[in-house]
Amino acid sequence: MGTIWVYAEASGGKVASISLELLTRARQLADTVEAVVGGDGEPVAAELGAHGATTVHATGDLAGGLAGPAVASAMASAIEAGAAPDAVLFGTTYDGRDVAGRLSVKLNAPVITNIVELEQADGALVGTEPVFGGTVNVSTRFNGSGVGLFLVRPKSFAAEESGGGPAAVSALPVPDLGATGAARVVDRFAEESSGPKLDEAGVVVSGGRGLGEAEKYSMIEDLASILGGAAGASRAIVDAGWVPYSHQVGQTGKVVKPDVYVACGISGATQHMVGMKGSKNIIAINKDAEAPIFGIADLGVVGDVHKVLPKLIEALQARG
Amino acid sequence: MDIVVCVKQIPDPADPGELDPETKTLKRDMKLILDESDSYGVEMALQLRDAAGEGEVTLVSMAPNEEVNGLRSALAMGADKAILVSDEALAGTDALGTARVLAAAIGRAQADLILAATESSDGYTGTVPEQVAELLGLPSVTFAKEIEAESGEVVVKRQTEDGYDEVRCPLPAVVSVTAGVVEPRYPSFKGIMAAKSKPMDQVGVADLGISPDQVGWAGGGQEITDVSPAPEREAGEIITDEGDAHERIIALLEELRIV
Repeated sequence: MGTIWVYAEASGGKVASISLELLTRARQLADTVEAVVGGDGEPVAAELGAHGATTVHATGDLAGGLAGPAVASAMASAIEAGAAPDAVLFGTTYDGRDVAGRLSVKLNAPVITNIVELEQADGALVGTEPVFGGTVNVSTRFNGSGVGLFLVRPKSFAAEESGGGPAAVSALPVPDLGATGAARVVDRFAEESSGPKLDEAGVVVSGGRGLGEAEKYSMIEDLASILGGAAGASRAIVDAGWVPYSHQVGQTGKVVKPDVYVACGISGATQHMVGMKGSKNIIAINKDAEAPIFGIADLGVVGDVHKVLPKLIEALQARG
Repeated sequence: MDIVVCVKQIPDPADPGELDPETKTLKRDMKLILDESDSYGVEMALQLRDAAGEGEVTLVSMAPNEEVNGLRSALAMGADKAILVSDEALAGTDALGTARVLAAAIGRAQADLILAATESSDGYTGTVPEQVAELLGLPSVTFAKEIEAESGEVVVKRQTEDGYDEVRCPLPAVVSVTAGVVEPRYPSFKGIMAAKSKPMDQVGVADLGISPDQVGWAGGGQEITDVSPAPEREAGEIITDEGDAHERIIALLEELRIV
C-alpha cells in the first residue's frame, strides 16, 4: 500500500497514545506514513517521526476553532489538489470522530468505525469491528475508489518507536469554513484527578448498579487508590448520574486493557464487556451467580460488594 | 426556540437479536424501542424549549419498517411532532446514508437547534451528528454535557479528555448530547394519551428527493467480508463469599505482583 495518513492528536505538546498506536500499525501496512495535525507541527514532529511519520501536515493554531470542520476541510482540499493517501486512520476520540464524519461527507466516502484490527487483503484495507459485546467479529472492506476512512478504537495496537528522525513539517492550509467553522472554544477546564488515567492505568476498579447508591462509589475510588489504579464505571451508573461520563468503561466509554480489572457490582452487559474484556486479568464481585461477567472473569466472587469490598479495603490498608 | 431531535428506534438492547446471514447487518424486524441514548437529547430539547417559552420540538427518525413505537415514547415525554422516514430501500443504510436521510428530513422542519445523541446504542458509529452538520453546512459541537441557549447562540460544555471545553456556537447548529447529563422525564398518563394524536409525518426517501441507490446497502461503498465468532475468553475460578473472599482476591493480587 502506498500512503496512509494518520490524524494525530496532541495535548500540551505530547502526542496522544492512540495516535502513536495508529502510526505504528500504519507503517506496517504502508510504504509511507504521514501525520495530519490540527495545530502546530513543530512541537510534535520529533515524537511523530520517532513512530514512523515522515511528514507532519499541520494546520497551525486553530485559534479556538474546533478540529472537526477545520482539519476535515484542510484534508479534503489537499486531496482535491492532488494528495492521494490510500487511507486515513483516526482514533475513536472526541475530535477523531468529528474530523472523520466531516471528511466522509466531503469525500462522499463511508467511515468504517470501531475498528480493533486492520489488515491488508488484495490491496485493500479490511477493518474488523467487534459486535454484540465482542462475541462476534465483523470484517469490513472499503471497496470505494477513493480514500478509505477508518475510525480505530484505542488500545487496538501497541505503540512502538520506529527509530525514525523528526517528521518534516509541512503547512496544511485551512480553507474558509463559512458557517461550519463558527463554533469557538472560549475556555478550557481540566477536571481534577489524582492517580493514573483510566485508559492508561495498570489497575482499573469499576463499579456498577450493584453498589446500590451513588455514595457507595467511594469504595471503588478507595480501592482504586490503594491499588494505584483508576476508578471506572458501568454505563448504568453514569446514566444514573452517580459519576461523570469520563469514568465510563465500555462501548460508549473508554476501552481499557489493564493488568487487572476489578468489576464490582457489574453484571456484565455487552455494552460494558466490549470495553474491558481485553484486560489481562479480570476479578468480578457480584451477588448474582448467573451474571454474564463471571463468564469472562479469571476470579469470580459470588458475594455482596457491600461485604466484600470493605473487608478487602481494610485488609489492604492494614498491609500499609 | 424550534428544536429538532434526531432519534433512533432500536431492538431492545436486553435482547439485541442477530445478524441477518444474507446481508450481514443487524436484523430489525422485531418491535423497536426508543434508544435510551436519545432520551437525553429529547429531555434537553424539552428543557430548552420550555426555558425559551416558545417553539416546538420535532423528532426526526428513520426506520425501514414504519416503526413508531419509540417515537410515541418521545412524544409522550413532551415532544410536539415527529417526522418518520420509512422506506424498504433504507434497510442496511450506513452512517453516511443515514445522515443524508436525516439531513433531508430536518430540511422539512423549522430548526434553530438540532440535537442528537453522541452515538446509537446498537450501531455506535458516532459519526452521524457531524455528518448531518456537514451536509447541512452548519457548525456543530459534539459530546455536550450542558447546553445553554442565549440570544442566537448556544454555550456548550463539551466533554474532553481532561475535563471540558466551554464552546460558543451561533445558531442554527448541531449539538450531540452525552448520555446521563440530564434526567429524562417519565411520560405521564396524560402525555401518553396526548402522544397518540400528535402529528406524525411519514415520508419515503423519494419524498426527500433522495434516490434509492444512494441509501441501503448498495449505497454504502463498503463490503462485509467476514463474520466470525470472537475467540472466547475462558471463565476462571468462581468462589462463593463465605466472609473470606477478600483473602482470595488479595492472594491473586500478590500472585500478579500488584500488592
